[in-house]
Amino acid sequence: MAALINVPSKAKRGEIIEIRTLTSHIMETGFRHTADGKLVPRNIITSFACRYNGTEIFRADLFPAIAANPYLSFFTVAKESGKFEFEWIGDNGYSSTASASITVE
Amino acid sequence: MPTTRRQFLSLAGGVTVAGTIPIVTLRPLEATPAMLNTAIRNIVGEAQIHTGRVKLDIPPLVENGNTVPMTVSVASPMTADDHVKSIHVFNEKNPQPNIGNFYFGPASGRAQVSTRIRLADTQKVVAIARLSDDTFWQIAAEIVVTLAACTEEMN
Repeated sequence: MAALINVPSKAKRGEIIEIRTLTSHIMETGFRHTADGKLVPRNIITSFACRYNGTEIFRADLFPAIAANPYLSFFTVAKESGKFEFEWIGDNGYSSTASASITVE
Repeated sequence: MPTTRRQFLSLAGGVTVAGTIPIVTLRPLEATPAMLNTAIRNIVGEAQIHTGRVKLDIPPLVENGNTVPMTVSVASPMTADDHVKSIHVFNEKNPQPNIGNFYFGPASGRAQVSTRIRLADTQKVVAIARLSDDTFWQIAAEIVVTLAACTEEMN
């Protein structure tokens, strides 16, 4: 699944960096009806996690009140070069991952 | 015994008179609907919620409730001894009171999260932060929504 990740490629040690993520998902609330009155079943991303070299640095529980194509921005301290791993988990067994690397000087 | 019109009217009048004064005097400054309160208590438990420290950036007037940008931040040094554990965001009038729970740690560096949310109606949004000393801090914002989200018909 398509995900857009924005992590600075380089950072100074100890610098606080912003990480921005955007993933494509309908985030169907489960509260909408079709024109003929049927309830559209819920289909949302329920959780998001970001790991920095294996350590979890940010986690989120999402609800139907999060807009379609969930966008999340958060921060972390650049402590060492390595890899960020992102994971989205949702209804109907939805799972999506992405990663980005950073060089810390 | 069938109720006569006279009995009904005098009863209804009595209820109105007796009901008005307590409603006006007992209502707290910020009346939160029961669902919002329950959702908040599920996270906070019996702990006291202080006001302040949390900053909620959200437009006061939005045209489209389907995507409302929101940033929540807490002034915190984010050290191992003094950091923000989590931020919880709630709404008052969507079908469900929760918006999101966001978890941080000392490695976060800054207790701030941005996302885009849905608002079904003109309403209040509440953000509550849990600090490492297990105190809770909150802030509320009123948002006027002209086009609602969540419950409209699908085409």
